[in-house]
Amino acid sequence: MEFDVIFGNAARAGLGPQAAIFALAAIGLNLHFGYAGLLNFGQVGFMMLGAYGTAIMVATWGGSLWLGIPFGLGLCVAFALALGIPTLRLRSDYFAITTIAAAEILRLLIRSSPATDITGGPFGLQAIANSFYDLNFLPDGRFGIGTFSYSSNQLWVMIVAWVLVVLCSALVLGLIKSPWGRVVRAIREDEDAVLSLGKNTVAYKLQALAIGGVIGGLAGVIDVLQQSGVGSENFEPQVTFFAWAALILGGLATTVGPVVGAVLFWFLREGVESFIRELSAENWLPNVLADFLDGAEGAISVVLMGIGLVGLMALRPQGIFGRRRNLHLGT
Amino acid sequence: MSNARSLRSAVALVAVAVLSLFLFGTAHAQDGEGEAFSGTLRFGGEPVEGVRISVVDAVGEVVGEAVSGSDGKWQIELPGPGTYRATIDTDTLPEGVSLRDPERQTLEVTVTAGRSRPLIFALGEPASRGPTIGEKLAQAVLNGVKFGLIIAMCAIGLSLIFGLTGLINFAHGELVTLGAILAWYFNADTFGAPLILAGVLAVVVAGAAGGGVEFSLLRPLRGRRLGGFQFMVVTIGLSLLARHVLLLFFGPDRQRYVDYALQAEWTFGPFAVTPRDFTIMALSAVILIAVAVFLQRARMGKAIRAVADNPELAESSGIDVDRVILVVWAAGAALAAVGGVFFGSVEAVDWLMGFRLLLLMFAAVVLGGLGTAYGAMVGGLLIGLVTEVSTVWASPEIKAVFALGVLVLALLIRPQGLLGQRERIG
Repeated sequence: MEFDVIFGNAARAGLGPQAAIFALAAIGLNLHFGYAGLLNFGQVGFMMLGAYGTAIMVATWGGSLWLGIPFGLGLCVAFALALGIPTLRLRSDYFAITTIAAAEILRLLIRSSPATDITGGPFGLQAIANSFYDLNFLPDGRFGIGTFSYSSNQLWVMIVAWVLVVLCSALVLGLIKSPWGRVVRAIREDEDAVLSLGKNTVAYKLQALAIGGVIGGLAGVIDVLQQSGVGSENFEPQVTFFAWAALILGGLATTVGPVVGAVLFWFLREGVESFIRELSAENWLPNVLADFLDGAEGAISVVLMGIGLVGLMALRPQGIFGRRRNLHLGT
Repeated sequence: MSNARSLRSAVALVAVAVLSLFLFGTAHAQDGEGEAFSGTLRFGGEPVEGVRISVVDAVGEVVGEAVSGSDGKWQIELPGPGTYRATIDTDTLPEGVSLRDPERQTLEVTVTAGRSRPLIFALGEPASRGPTIGEKLAQAVLNGVKFGLIIAMCAIGLSLIFGLTGLINFAHGELVTLGAILAWYFNADTFGAPLILAGVLAVVVAGAAGGGVEFSLLRPLRGRRLGGFQFMVVTIGLSLLARHVLLLFFGPDRQRYVDYALQAEWTFGPFAVTPRDFTIMALSAVILIAVAVFLQRARMGKAIRAVADNPELAESSGIDVDRVILVVWAAGAALAAVGGVFFGSVEAVDWLMGFRLLLLMFAAVVLGGLGTAYGAMVGGLLIGLVTEVSTVWASPEIKAVFALGVLVLALLIRPQGLLGQRERIG
């Protein structure tokens, strides 16, 4: 068993674009739930709109990528309004159910055959990010040492993705420290009290939903840039749960929580999968066990993730950086 | 329903093929000669007499002709191995009888040396007359009631658990899958138990699993002053865990139960239903009524409604709230498993079936009124009807979109749900 390979794979995943994508999604969720108390279980819908908005503008309508990205993010704002206006007056559990349903409606529509002309249906869309890679000022060749060796384009995506993560973290931090953020947090604590001060709480919640949604949309945009393509199978409801897992692991209502959570989430997930792949190739394993493990690393890592979430709630529900007094947020 | 129709014709075709092979076997034994085409023409089980069938060879020259006898049988000797085209003369068919598939009036068949080939001209109702919109609608309503009853049964536990503890159980779909998969193991995989016994066993095990989750995990956690959100995360963790454990052991493929897989349909006017589906609908209705009577009359049922209404008041009037919650978890899980066995029997068993159903269950309980058992029943039926009726006009791949659309619409117009009380939405 080569532990350096396992560790290398895990570290690559923890630093890779997937971790940045989940960090962005979790930063959006953190604004939604950690600060504004909105129980959004449809974050994957925002990611999907960011990704498909960009891809449709480029691949279907032949527009520019630089038009496509704002278009995708604009769709996220529209989705936030369409979702929020009818449901934000309701209790948080209703909001949770509506968001998960709305995101799944979107996915089913995008992959349905009537939509194939626009979205590519089950085949998705390809060749989208060329003008993004044209901007790459890094020289050709490979960078880094050992396991951490990246092509010029890979490194370019990672730099852009992590810069966006830092910018969005800073944006959320700035917003939360502003007067706007104080109102939003006050709504989370006691909506009636804020209402009695004459604030339009629904408008504040809508704004928080839209901003967090756009950050989630950016995650989708990075996803499109990273694979230069898009497919509906990347946007199953499970993705939202994984983003939540990253956020909860790091700690709700903290600035670094979603970022550290996403890095750790991918580090652990890939570490477990690598470990199982290595383990199933070991000679000393009984055949029955080796056959069982072979190809099962994906499912096993999700099983462990489920155990991890239950264990986290039992032992340290506030996550790594969270504070215990924030446990009763929103519900 | 097109599935059911094609299934029915497939069964008929297989039966005719087997029959023809048998006939060919005897014919071959009798004359022991070379190449031939043969067959039996039947319409609705009765032999069809006096129908002309002709055979031409590769260059279009007629090599043989036959007319079906009083037993519906015909046979044409061929000059040698090769490829021939056999044509049935539809003008000689009796009044009201036609080919089931008009495309198959001429069959091109290759015959090898010394072999006789049975040919099947399937006779049936004129295929050109497709089902009318009314018939489609009737069948969709029937399917809607069928799936609606199943969704309702699955959703009762989800709604009652919410009503009792304020918890949205994201793992409720996995209880459905657990029931279906356990029944498959008992029925088709290892034990070969009859499906009814396998289903009962699966329901008992799934009910125990639901009760076990509440007793050994959620009840201890409730003592720790966690927020509602943390409980939701626990159920999300359980759902990921259970779903992928099921995937590990069951595999990614769809499977079917051994029993009741192929059945001829009963027809009542515009409705066609297999005995299996009819039984499932009847059983579902009986179970739902039994649940309603239990909630209305039984001591425990009254206690459940009291706790759902106001847990503190219920506790202070001497109701053992923990015990009530345990009963609801076990019974809700068992009902979900019954739904899973029924759903797996009607469609197929796979590891994601419950998770896919979960969103429809959410739609059902919100539509009917979150926290009430009767709301889940009414909502489940409505959601089943909406999804199936939508397929009359829209592509079946987006039928769930209509169900979820109804959910959003319901939230706009009547957020407390059809049977919910205004105060519940806060």
